[in-house]
Amino acid sequence: MKTVLFVILTAAITNNYVLVKFLGICPFLGVSKKLDQATGMSIAVIFVEVLATAVTWPIYHLLLAGKVDFTYMETVVFILVIAALVQLVEIVLKRYIPALHKSLGVYLPLITTNCGVLGVTMNNISDGLNYVDSLLTALGCGLGFFLAMVIFSGVRSRVEDAEPPKSFEGLPITLVSASIVSLSFFGFSGVLDRLFGG
Amino acid sequence: MNEILIPILAVTIIGLICGVGLAVASHVMAVKEDERFPAIRACLPGANCGACGYTGCDGYAKALLTPGTKTNLCVPGGAEAARKLAEVLGVEAEAVEPKVAIVRCGGDCEHTSPKEDYRGIASCQAAKLFFGGSGTCTYGCLGFGDCAKVCPHDAIFWNNGIAAIDPSACVGCGLCAKTCPQQVIAIVPSRAKTAVLCSNHDKGAVTRKACSAGCIGCMKCVKTCEHDAVHVDGNLASVDYDKCIGCGACAQACPTGAIRELVAAAAAKAC
Repeated sequence: MKTVLFVILTAAITNNYVLVKFLGICPFLGVSKKLDQATGMSIAVIFVEVLATAVTWPIYHLLLAGKVDFTYMETVVFILVIAALVQLVEIVLKRYIPALHKSLGVYLPLITTNCGVLGVTMNNISDGLNYVDSLLTALGCGLGFFLAMVIFSGVRSRVEDAEPPKSFEGLPITLVSASIVSLSFFGFSGVLDRLFGG
Repeated sequence: MNEILIPILAVTIIGLICGVGLAVASHVMAVKEDERFPAIRACLPGANCGACGYTGCDGYAKALLTPGTKTNLCVPGGAEAARKLAEVLGVEAEAVEPKVAIVRCGGDCEHTSPKEDYRGIASCQAAKLFFGGSGTCTYGCLGFGDCAKVCPHDAIFWNNGIAAIDPSACVGCGLCAKTCPQQVIAIVPSRAKTAVLCSNHDKGAVTRKACSAGCIGCMKCVKTCEHDAVHVDGNLASVDYDKCIGCGACAQACPTGAIRELVAAAAAKAC
């Protein structure tokens, strides 16, 4: 239980994909304007990251790193598989669970090739994690994305009322505030290691 | 040789499996779309106002595919849209009741007063969070114009500190009524001649302290009305427009002026 918590918290907070590793920045900046959109997007990301890891880990270990080693094709194969998988999931959801399909809406196809998703699957492999740890990390990363999105949509709604100088309006002030939020997350590094006595 | 051939083959096969799988899946699990849908959707104005009670024009168009859905629910489209819809669906056209929004508050600068000097974000939503708004009456119009911001037809303006609606510009879509955090705006039939311009549910004495134009629930209007069209529920009168003939007797009987005959509001005046 302690390890499970450690893996998830590490992935979500100290190694936050958006704020510490700077992956998946475009949805982070693009759909964080409103809280409900940010939540929808984040839930879709959690869903896709776990699903993608569940599929790509066996493909890597059974196929790519099989008798003939062609692990250098990792990126291409992963993009292909994840994109196809998300499309398939979308079709299945539309048919059988229309309510979920409606709530995930446009966000599901949007994140097919989100670099955060690709990054999670590839880092899991390069870190040499086993299957269960990979899945937990993927879940943690998704939760971290959710956390970052919710925090940042709050920050943005405040920034919008703040009337920054004209030259900072729009994207510049968003990037500045994103970097400040990111700085706050760097403060977590080391905390978890101490907490879990690692 | 194998080091080259096998990866090429493997990746090709993965691609093929994905492609064929997707093609098969989209064919097998396709969700059938009625061919009448685009034609129906074209009849609707596309304002996505939700006045019909469905989620936007697409939602209403989808609902219309099932027989029995009323074709006269689109308020902005009016009779024209209802006629076109009936044509596409092959049913008898139904009359559209034109609707209009009214502000159920008469608490302008002369009748009520502020209880605090609110200097926060200029929106009703924010002002309401702060002790229920800046006015002495916590039910009334807050006057920051959240309704005017959402109105697609610029039909809402300020008159003496409260929102007022221009009935000639209002199409009755109800966006303002949904936005108003006080739920002061109501959608009524355009033929309505009298209306209760108050939303205060407090007891008469409390209401009177907060605003001199408030409904105190005295029941005079109920007794005056010969058509059983006015009722008092929770210390607040309301007019039943199915029964009201617009004689205006209740408005004359009202001691505080909360019930008024609806006339086109005068030019906007700052508070």
